[in-house]
Amino acid sequence: MSDQEASPTSGIIKKFLYVNRRAPHGSNYAQEGLEVALVGAAFEQDVAMAYIDDGVFQLKTDQDTSEIGTKNFSPTYRALGDYDVKKIYVEKESLEKRGLTQDDLMPLVYEDEDDDWAEKPMINLVSAAELQDIIEQSDVVLNF
Amino acid sequence: MTIEVSGKSYETDEEGYLANLSDWNLELAEAMAKQDGCDLTENHWEVVNFLREYYDEYQIAPAVRVLTKAIGKRLGKDKGNSKYLYELFPYGPAKQACKYAGLPKPTGCV
Repeated sequence: MSDQEASPTSGIIKKFLYVNRRAPHGSNYAQEGLEVALVGAAFEQDVAMAYIDDGVFQLKTDQDTSEIGTKNFSPTYRALGDYDVKKIYVEKESLEKRGLTQDDLMPLVYEDEDDDWAEKPMINLVSAAELQDIIEQSDVVLNF
Repeated sequence: MTIEVSGKSYETDEEGYLANLSDWNLELAEAMAKQDGCDLTENHWEVVNFLREYYDEYQIAPAVRVLTKAIGKRLGKDKGNSKYLYELFPYGPAKQACKYAGLPKPTGCV
């Protein structure tokens, strides 16, 4: 992780990785993490998302918060592609431990400008070891 | 802060963004625009309505770069550019149009 602060005006593009470890609706972490990632992406930084532990629940399909009186922000994950976020890493082990498969996750896509706006999948399942490499290769890692 | 329209008062934040999305109506949008000295034309409405649809689908007010790209895709390149959008909304297309659309300040906007 770099100790140098990224400035939106400097023109330096850094690799940001947002690591999301918590369930979506029990606290503000998930929503805040998502919003901060979108802000970073709006400043044209290279933004990737990682979901581990209970964080994998954030990407679950068919979330419904009507009974708990909070905003269902899960449709906002589908806006990540519009903000040019193209990489979402989901830790395989975390999914398996929770009895989930990729079919339980929202089919998030981005539109590839260089390929006639073809829709391409964003979610990559990675092992804990692979994720470790991804974290090491990032300039800035933020935990939510 | 509040804004008065036809004898009714609506709550806003300190920058004039509507506190409750569900309070929104056409008259309110026009009153907000008038406060900024702006008359809403069909071209303004195209953007405001687009933002409301975007919010409905994604639960988020898009940043200006995202808005510009999305408008270009929906309404054509002659409208999906900063020059066109800043002419319509000189205070910043995402910021200003979101306000009239009754949405919160865009995410990614500081």
